[in-house]
Amino acid sequence: MIEFHLDSRSGVSPYLQIVQQVRQAMRLGLLHQGDQLPTVKEVVAQLAINPNTVLKAYRELEHEGLASARPGVGTFVTGSLGAESLAAHGPLRQALQRWITKARRAGLDDESIEALFRDSFRSAGEEDIA
Amino acid sequence: MSPVLSARGLGKRYGRRWALHECDLHVPAGHVVGLVGPNGAGKTTLLHLAVGLLTPTAGRIEVLGNPPSDDPAQLARVGFVAQDTPTYSRLTVGDHLALGAHMNPHWDGAMAQRRIEDLDLDPKQRAGTLSGGQRAQLALTLAVAKRPEFLILDEPVASLDPLARREFLQDLMEVVAEHGVSVLLSSHLVADLERVCDYLVVLVASRVQVAGEVEELLGTHRRLTGPRHDIDALPRDQYVIEESHTDRQSTLLVRCDGPVLDPSWTVEPLGLEDLVLAYMEQAGGGTRRRRSSNARSNVAKLDVAQ
Repeated sequence: MIEFHLDSRSGVSPYLQIVQQVRQAMRLGLLHQGDQLPTVKEVVAQLAINPNTVLKAYRELEHEGLASARPGVGTFVTGSLGAESLAAHGPLRQALQRWITKARRAGLDDESIEALFRDSFRSAGEEDIA
Repeated sequence: MSPVLSARGLGKRYGRRWALHECDLHVPAGHVVGLVGPNGAGKTTLLHLAVGLLTPTAGRIEVLGNPPSDDPAQLARVGFVAQDTPTYSRLTVGDHLALGAHMNPHWDGAMAQRRIEDLDLDPKQRAGTLSGGQRAQLALTLAVAKRPEFLILDEPVASLDPLARREFLQDLMEVVAEHGVSVLLSSHLVADLERVCDYLVVLVASRVQVAGEVEELLGTHRRLTGPRHDIDALPRDQYVIEESHTDRQSTLLVRCDGPVLDPSWTVEPLGLEDLVLAYMEQAGGGTRRRRSSNARSNVAKLDVAQ
């Protein structure tokens, strides 16, 4: 069983924080297929948040095929995450490190590098939508 | 299902002053509704109208599909915790439960008992000697053990320290999760309600400024920053709530249904607190007027010009 926590200053909506924490726990091997997620009542009693927030997070996880609800029992992890794409991490990391080295050589400081990455990431996302 | 609360043209006047004016609301069931606004905005007036402690001067209000009244059937469906969570100071905790059982037809004695035990309250202790947090919890116990469909709480956490505040809201949310009760609670601090509410009503200067599902509110409000813009030239679907300008830069807070297409704006999402504060300021709820206090006249022009 895992416990959730909320960062009220992160700007990420609470339901998304829960979704992300479940995904993260799956990636890190803290949650496996068949594990039960905390019940809605447990989560709200711990975090003092609206039950609909938890329901929405769990529905999103169901929609992604990562969890499924058994009525009257609870919500259980049904999928797995990261295993397929893990192999791609190494080469991607290397390419990114080469890119960062190049950016430093070009005279960019850390903040400029982050800003450039975020900006490129965002415009790539917008192209995907368009 | 009928809405938990609906109001049309609702108003309450004391002498020449409207405590609540032209209030239109339609709050569907199944929500935890936050009623926010500065002190003196009319929050308590609205809540007292909802439970039938006050009668409207104008318009109408319905709670769970019926006008508030002293009809026992209607009273049993609504739980109310007044400001400062009043209890009878000379009566013991146990006396309060006995009173609750005597006065409420659907009293859930087992639930009340369980809550008192979970809270570690001594049934023999007089309510007057309880801490603020314990008194609030006792009042909440009485309100939920009558098993209402709709629970109304007036500033329930205002006088509690941060820990008691958190514990109270944890308990309240547990009740919501377990019994599916709809809740309306007021606070002058949006930070208190941010995590628990999924519906928000902002009341400033006797009027409802904005009301809606929290997610929808967050999804339709944006902060735009960019080179100085003339707000009269904004697209029709962008409604300016707050603006400030320097000679080079404009910062706007807008409500818009669609995406912001003008690429010269940097578009950022808005937190609930900033959103509420912007509406409060727009309504003149702020004590300090900002330089850009002509925002509303510009907005009016915007509507006419397009």
